[in-house]
Order: sequence, then structure tokens, then C-alpha cells
Amino acid sequence: MSRFSERLKSKKFIITCELFPPKGTDLTNLLEKAERLKGIVDGVNVTDSQRAIMRISPLAVCHILKEKGLEPIFQLTCRDRNRIALQSDLLGASALGIENVLILSGDHPTIGDHPEAKPVYDLDPVQLLKTARTLEKGEDLAGRRLKGIPKFCLGAVANPSFEPLELQILMMEKKVRAGAEFFQTQPIFDLKTFKNFKEKISKLGAKVIIGIFLLKSLKMAQLMDDIGLKIPKEYLKRLGKTEDPLKEGMNIAVDLIKNIKNECDGVHLMALGKEECIPEILRKAGLG
Amino acid sequence: MIISEQKPRKEILEMLTDRKRIFIVGCAACATKCQTGGEDEVKEMKRELEKEGKKITGTIVLDTPCDERIVKKDLSSLPALKNSDSLLIMACGVGLQTIGNLIDRLLVPALNPLFAGTTERIGRYYEYCSLCGDCLLDEFGGICPLTRCAKGLLNGPCGGARDGKCEVNDEVDCIWALIYEKTKEPLKTYYESRDYKKILQPGKRVVR
Ligand code: SF4
Ligand code: SF4
Repeated sequence: MSRFSERLKSKKFIITCELFPPKGTDLTNLLEKAERLKGIVDGVNVTDSQRAIMRISPLAVCHILKEKGLEPIFQLTCRDRNRIALQSDLLGASALGIENVLILSGDHPTIGDHPEAKPVYDLDPVQLLKTARTLEKGEDLAGRRLKGIPKFCLGAVANPSFEPLELQILMMEKKVRAGAEFFQTQPIFDLKTFKNFKEKISKLGAKVIIGIFLLKSLKMAQLMDDIGLKIPKEYLKRLGKTEDPLKEGMNIAVDLIKNIKNECDGVHLMALGKEECIPEILRKAGLG
Repeated sequence: MIISEQKPRKEILEMLTDRKRIFIVGCAACATKCQTGGEDEVKEMKRELEKEGKKITGTIVLDTPCDERIVKKDLSSLPALKNSDSLLIMACGVGLQTIGNLIDRLLVPALNPLFAGTTERIGRYYEYCSLCGDCLLDEFGGICPLTRCAKGLLNGPCGGARDGKCEVNDEVDCIWALIYEKTKEPLKTYYESRDYKKILQPGKRVVR
């Protein structure tokens, strides 16, 4: 069982964050960031060409992180691989000792940097969760026997700001039935959204790790607000007034974590390139 | 119906560069409804090509150029074809290839066929069906997620919709919002992955 999986099964608070693989083969920067996260977080998500912008394979990066003693969570999207490639990568991950997999549909190619690419979506995330569980039974999707059986700790994504929320909850329940053991959510900024969401997931039967986003500027906050992630006026004001928006953004993240940490299973920190801020945020929030 | 648009004139003229004697074929079905290859459009095309110095040897609007029987009956034996070095086809790619099976001339497409869709008005069309060979419309409130969700998700929406609009194109509804308005059932049911050998090549090329 992976360290992350053990942590999920314990009653302990879970802390995860994410690293973006670079475009190219130079991992110096990523590894420097990773080094500072060692021992501080329970898992590090490695994104799969996020925003449909082509990057180095997350599976390769997960393997290197694991060798350096970190606990990677392999993000696997349905966007670029058909069912043959998806199963093949799942087996590959398992053979490399990477058990934690976060399954998602993946941003559509048209919003990325290769808009001409053929979108795949041969399986959807629910089908892919089921497929991973099928592999664990020693069989592939075609019903053929496997030689050597993989083991996974499977997660999925959820969006607490989704409307109608009831639809999102039904979707989460379906993902749990298909095999999801944990969720990592889109960022929450507003406590009312959090409370609403929390009430509805009490009987879900999976750990829910709440997304906390590091706002780096007023402009970024307004952008997030525009796309429907309700940012409280107070935060916009605080970011507008300050000389040092990054520091204020860190303070906001700290406040958010303090407010929710006794009422959720864990937090997932999205620092968008400022991962070096994560240790301080956690320390100030009383989690370090 | 098959929704189509006309290719830009410039592109058509380029394809016809070395062609002098051209016969134009229109379609009385889908291309007429879309106003891309009916009587009026064929006439207009003839006028324009003549202005460019081309000789138009004749025109016809076939009932259904996609039907070999019609092509044989109404087109194959026309004397004007003997005088023509090429045919400009104002029908979809099915029409063009059907004609190609029976007539040995250079065929030039004048249209870009787009999809199987519905018409709100001329110029405003929506793709509704991918002709998948295994219709699921008894479920999903009669709305096809395979075609109308940008990711073809069968088991429910991605997390990206905003105000009911799709993450990929905010002019289009997230189809899962519409399905959910009609019925919650699909969110409670598990749908298996699709059998793409029925849907894509070589799956649906022949039906006996
Ligand atoms: S399920 Fe969708 S794509 Fe398939 S036949 Fe029905 S409407 Fe067309
Ligand atoms: S927003 Fe809706 S329609 Fe668009 S890809 Fe996601 S689920 Fe499909």
C-alpha cells in the first residue's frame, strides 16, 4: 500500500499539492521545488499536460519524484489516450511502483497549444476508474488475463462551485461506485460554498481533499471570480490594497485553511509555480 | 440532414484552374435546404464561372446525388457530359463519390459538408448525431451526449461548465445541463464504454 493510501485510510489530515511538468526535458526547477516539499506534504500531483498544453510525460516525472523519495499522484486524463494506451500506462505506473492515480477527463485540446489535435475521450473518467479496478482483478477490458496484477489508489476530481450542486454530488457518487477512493476539488474561496458542499458529501464514502488556491494578484482573483469561483469581496479588497499581493494571497490561503481544516479530510494546495510558498502557508495555518 | 457550406469562391476557382468546360451538378435534397447546392445556387455559380471565362456545358440538380440509381437514370447518359472536362459537384462528399462511381471525369467539390444536424434557420445549424450505429436516445432524455458533449462523455459532465455553457465554447450549452433538466436517471446509471468498431472505420462501411 502506498504511503498516501495509508494516510487516506488513517484519520489523519491529508495535505497534497501539485507540480507542473515542464515543456522540455530539463527538470532542474521542478526537482528543486519538489525537494522543499519533501516531508511536508502527503502527496504531489503531477499534472498531465494541463490546460491541454503539451508537456513532458507525467508518468516519467512521477517515477523520478518517487526515486527522490516523494509520494507522487499520477494524473491521467482521457484526452490523449484510447483504452489501449490508458490501460498500458496504468500497468506501467504500477510496475514503477506508482499506485496513486488521479483520473480526470482533461481540458479539451481546442483550449490548449495544439488546438488541431484529435481529441480522444475513448473512455470517460467513470469508465476509466472502472477499468483500473478491472485491471486489479487481473483482467483487462477485453477480458484477457494479466500476468502480474497492478494495485491502485484511485482518485477523481470534483467542483464544489458547480451548479446545480446536486448534479455534481450524483457525479461524485457515481465515481465512488466506479472505484474512486478520494477526491481533490477545484479551489474553494468562499465558506458558504464550502459548507453547502460539505453537508452534501457526508455520506459519500470517500475522502475529499479541498482545493486551496494561492491568489498571486488582484487580477488573478478577478479572473477566478469571472469564471464562477466566487471570491469574497473582502479578499478582493485585501489584494487591491496591499503592496505585496503574493504575501496577501498567502495570508488568504492561511485564513481559508484555518477556517476549514477542522471540518474536512484535507487540503490540496494549488500554488501555480509558487510551490516554494507552500511550507510557510502550512506552518502559518498550523499544519507545518 | 447533411449540413454543408460552400467553399470559398477562390478555392473553387483554384481547383478549376486548367479546366475549361465544366458541368455543374446540384442536389435537390440537403444542399437545397442549406441553400448551398440548389437550383438558385447552381445558377449563381454558372453566372460567376462564366464571368471568369469558363464554358459551362450544362447544369442539373439531381433529386439525390447520393443514390446510384438516380445518378444512373438522370445524369450518366446526358450528352453534355461528353463535352465536359470536369464536373463541379454542389452536393456533399457522398454525392460526389456516388457520381464518381459512375462517371469518369474529374470531379471538383464545391461544398464543405459539415455534419448531420438540425436547422434553426439558414446559417444556424447544430450537430445532433454522429451516426454511431447504436442509438442510445431511449436514454439521456432523448439528447445525444456522444455528439453534443464536446468530450462525448456518457457518464455525466466534466467539471468545466459555466452558467450552463460548455467549457470548450461558451456559445454552446453544456449538453449535460440540458440532459439533467430532462432526467436525472443517467447520473445514476453506469454506461459502458462504446463499441467503436461499430462507429468508426472499418465498422459501418457496408450494410447488407
Ligand atoms: S446515439 Fe447519438 S450518435 Fe448514435 S445514432 Fe443516436 S443520436 Fe446518433
Ligand atoms: S462542459 Fe459539458 S458539454 Fe462541455 S465538455 Fe464538459 S460536460 Fe461536455
